[in-house]
Amino acid sequence: MKKIFALALAAAMSLSLAACGGNNNTPAASSTPAAGSTPAASTPAAPSAGELITVGVINNDPNESGYRTANDAAMRATFTEENGYKTTFYNNNDAAQQIATAQQMVQDEVDFLLLSPASTTGWDTVLKDAQAAGTQVILFDRMLEADESMYVAAVVSDMPAEGKTAVDWLAAQGLDEYNIIHIQGHMGSDAQLGRTGALDEKVAAEANWNYVTQQTADWDEATARTITQSVIDSGKPFNVIYAENNGMARGAAAALDAAGITHGKDGDVIVMGFDSDKWAFEEVLAGRWNYMGLCNPLQAETVDSIIKDLAAGKEPAQKIIYTPEQGFDCNTLTQADVDTYGT
Amino acid sequence: MTTPVKNPETQVKRPDESLFKRLTRQQLFIPVAALILLVLFNLIADPSFFAISVKENSLGNPVLSGNIISVLDNASELVILAIGMTLVTASSGGQDISVGATMAIAGSVILRMVCGNEVSANTMHMPLILAVLIGILVSMVFGAFNGTLVAYFKIQPMVATLIMFTAGRSIAAWINNNQLPIMNDITFKYAGTFLPGIPIPTPVFITALVILIFWLVLKFTTLGLYTQSVGINANSSRLNGLDPKLIKLLTYVILGVCVAIAGFIRVSRSGSINYSRIAENIEMDAILAVALGGNALSGGKFNIYGSILGAYVIQFLTTTLYKYDVPSTALPAYKAVVVILLVVLSAPVVREKLASMKKAPAKAAKEVS
Amino acid sequence: MQEGAVLEMRGICKYFPGVRALQDVDFTLREGEIHALMGENGAGKSTLIKVLTGVYPKDGGEVRIRGVEGAAVIRSPQDAQNAGISTVYQEITLCPNLSVAENMYIGRTKGAVTNWRQMNQGAGRILSSLGIPASPTQQLGTCSIAVQQMVAIARAVDMECKVLILDEPTSSLDEQEVVKLFGLMRDLKAKGVGIIFVTHFLEQVYEVCDRITVLRDGQLVGEYVIEDLPRVQLVSKMLGKELDDMADIKGESGGAAISQDGAPVLEATELCSNAGIKPFDFSIRKGEVNGFTGLLGSGRSECVRAIFGADHVTGGAVKMDGREVRIKKPLDAMKQGIGYLPEDRKGDGIVGDLSVRENIILAYQVMKGFFRPISRAQAEAFADNYIELLEIKTASADTPIKSLSGGNQQKCILARWLLTDPKYLILDEPTRGIDIGTKIEIQKLVLKLAEKGKSITFISSEIDEMLRTCSRLIVMRDRKAVGELTGEDLTQSKIMATIAGGDEQ
Repeated sequence: MKKIFALALAAAMSLSLAACGGNNNTPAASSTPAAGSTPAASTPAAPSAGELITVGVINNDPNESGYRTANDAAMRATFTEENGYKTTFYNNNDAAQQIATAQQMVQDEVDFLLLSPASTTGWDTVLKDAQAAGTQVILFDRMLEADESMYVAAVVSDMPAEGKTAVDWLAAQGLDEYNIIHIQGHMGSDAQLGRTGALDEKVAAEANWNYVTQQTADWDEATARTITQSVIDSGKPFNVIYAENNGMARGAAAALDAAGITHGKDGDVIVMGFDSDKWAFEEVLAGRWNYMGLCNPLQAETVDSIIKDLAAGKEPAQKIIYTPEQGFDCNTLTQADVDTYGT
Repeated sequence: MTTPVKNPETQVKRPDESLFKRLTRQQLFIPVAALILLVLFNLIADPSFFAISVKENSLGNPVLSGNIISVLDNASELVILAIGMTLVTASSGGQDISVGATMAIAGSVILRMVCGNEVSANTMHMPLILAVLIGILVSMVFGAFNGTLVAYFKIQPMVATLIMFTAGRSIAAWINNNQLPIMNDITFKYAGTFLPGIPIPTPVFITALVILIFWLVLKFTTLGLYTQSVGINANSSRLNGLDPKLIKLLTYVILGVCVAIAGFIRVSRSGSINYSRIAENIEMDAILAVALGGNALSGGKFNIYGSILGAYVIQFLTTTLYKYDVPSTALPAYKAVVVILLVVLSAPVVREKLASMKKAPAKAAKEVS
Repeated sequence: MQEGAVLEMRGICKYFPGVRALQDVDFTLREGEIHALMGENGAGKSTLIKVLTGVYPKDGGEVRIRGVEGAAVIRSPQDAQNAGISTVYQEITLCPNLSVAENMYIGRTKGAVTNWRQMNQGAGRILSSLGIPASPTQQLGTCSIAVQQMVAIARAVDMECKVLILDEPTSSLDEQEVVKLFGLMRDLKAKGVGIIFVTHFLEQVYEVCDRITVLRDGQLVGEYVIEDLPRVQLVSKMLGKELDDMADIKGESGGAAISQDGAPVLEATELCSNAGIKPFDFSIRKGEVNGFTGLLGSGRSECVRAIFGADHVTGGAVKMDGREVRIKKPLDAMKQGIGYLPEDRKGDGIVGDLSVRENIILAYQVMKGFFRPISRAQAEAFADNYIELLEIKTASADTPIKSLSGGNQQKCILARWLLTDPKYLILDEPTRGIDIGTKIEIQKLVLKLAEKGKSITFISSEIDEMLRTCSRLIVMRDRKAVGELTGEDLTQSKIMATIAGGDEQ
């Protein structure tokens, strides 16, 4: 029995490896190790031993959302051999797995450990070990709870600011009454907390701002559609859909379409989404949605330049670097913006 | 329903056999009772729950709208999965936990076929029916993979399907080169939304068609008898000329077909896919539907209509909870309560207790009258 | 309580849905006696035992046990065990995936810590004292059924019980093992243990028992001292009728009248399978009844399994009606008109949760094929026909077969194969563990079928039965066919001699 189980697991792993290996975006130099396995090539201790800088990248599952797909693809496109890196990538949404793999990478003495932590806690040991081993840690996309001295830099999205920008935009629309369907992301995630926080504050503060419903759809489009449909079925009036990512906004819009409720530029309901998907930009450009809060997934270049600076002995100017972000309105969005920011 | 008793003297009817007890012994008792409970709750709490109105959708078609329509519509994928899951459970005494992941694969294949290599396609690159057939075929192959592990390598179903459960979503992403393709052609979405001029959501029709097909299959083939026989006693079945391995494999392939149809409905609702979120945790609901339908998860005898009813009950519960603004993160907790009740109620010990508890009041009532 | 009694049951009642299993049954067991509990299948023997051991709650009456004040409360097998009642069931109720020693001590170790060494040593001592060929650390499932049964007895014996219940313990034991068991029973009797012995073997009852209690249709017929009750009377009390039937069948001298001429229906040469039997030759003619005989494990079942394709055939050739056929799996055999009633009724025969009707039509349905289901109406007609023909006692054709008594289950399996209208029918131990009445019915049926031109191979552990029905016997020893007896050689002593085979060479 045990043997069979082990066999099954091994088969599962090799299958998932095969699946990852087929990824066209993966540069030839990179490899995707399963937890615990170590490519022998990443052992050299210091950058001086060879030309290449060794880097370990811990990221979330690229299939999680369009945002993550873009984020992961950019990392993989940047940290290539041609660019002077010997990189090991690891993708998992499970923080425990991430931590175990990070530990392994530190033991393998990578020069830089790039982290997008799935949870904000539990990283203390890894960070300490990294410091002791001389591995420099750079956070990207997501923060974690640790003293600033434990990492050299953080290139992240300012989620509370994103929420604030969006809520300010909504307030500027000057509606008499705001009856909001609020569709939240995965509860407790950085993005959810930031985007929910600003709206919660405003709804609590203003008498004419109300929640018709506030539900999490766990970033899932189908769940968002169900939630919206349920509100429509109940006959409660609403005029705003505040969805914390684009996929969920699309699900909600689909429910509106099915019920013949107009939305967007000249519609009855304001539709708001977040992230950077190109198709979502096109929805806004076409006037079917009203607003999209850009959350820039492309931190790879910034991280790349920080590493290059550090290698040249230059400390980064700031510890925490926020990626440039803004909100886009259907009335002002241009095709140029779509081409620049769409992913 | 039953044939007349042959040997009357050995048939002593117990005098205090109450109606309640005979009811509780019916297999469909649990799902029907659950459904009645939910309906009653909604009738009392807010009868407008059952209101159905005609609206015009964004394409200008008149469509029916209301909670009942939502239940019927949203339960579609689950109902179709529950049918396949029932057969797999019956034949192999275990469940396929990879249906959500393989739905992602089937959906991914179908999108890949219609989108060609475009990330955002405005026209279909292939006749839809052909794309769906390819999706079904691929899904059958994965079903056969699971079935082979279970039937021929004798791996426990949960463990065997753990492989696809783990790898399925990665495979789905790989099929589309990690892109998230979008199909903008409105005809692609007909299957997940409305057909022009028809006011009832298309998934309701697809589900009805699938149920009809299974009704016909169970009526005009011996699939039901064979599956149950193999699930109850594989040795006896073999000595009666059946091939238990082949029949187990067959049920997994059939589940593969169900998975592909469910996956197709799901991707055509939006014309897109999110590999790690699509149909997440649906396998648990499908298994719950089978159990709710009064079927033993250890296999053997089954009632496919029980599972179908079970699936609708689950969706009815979900929709009810949404209506009363129960946070969707709390939904699993409510389902857990249902599972606990179900498991406890179906335990033989409790059933006996219930029956004997009901005996006493019945007697007392007689005395009074 | 009565003088000398260790156990008294008074006015015991038990109902099942639609069935009155026990009504007002009294039973008394005295110290140091072996007490046979007799009755046809469905008479209530097993139910009485299960009530006594707390498997079923009783619906009426009381139980008194020596050493327990007032009416004993037995709600679970654990209670029964604590009251000094140990049971060995007909169907093995141990855990096949545990070791022999674990099975002997399961549920009896005190405290959380198990002393494995001590347990294994203790188990080893008991096993060797009883001469049971099993090692304490061996996994129980790897032992033969007979040995498993003996381990169950060893477990019960070791519990130092006042009352030992043996429910059909001998049905899977061979002669030497039975002798050994009887020795053991006498030892225990001498120590003052009261033994309740449930069996279908009349000879065994008269060999070891002191008293007999007879049940019929859930009611007490009476309690008798063994000397006062001749066999014929015992049987008549069990059946509730006079013994003409028995006399009838005994009067016939098997199927000797059947001619030995004519072409064989089935002819196998050098047939062997992966079940470890030596290649054997076999043939059977139209209307012939023959049989395989031999001790347990001699390979008689493996031979017929090879013919039916139930085991993987590794060599040899089979001809049906003179034409060579390939039988690789049961379906091939069925298509050639062969039917097979397997030895292990529960494991290989019935499909427990399915109804009587579905069980009866199963083989015929499989032969018709996947796309040609038998209609509900037709299936009901088939089932009703056979329920009537074979007098199967069942609440209805929709009743799950597992709730029927053993004999009636066996009749359903017979019905299943009769429905396929086979040319050749193999019956492997069709009478094991079922009551005398049904046994005789089955024997008569076999002869009647042979008269109608069917060929039948009949296997039974009871040589009497074989002599009554078969006109030719193939004797097996050590997985090899060692002799074939016909005509005047068909006597008990000749068969025994051939089985034993001592002075052949």
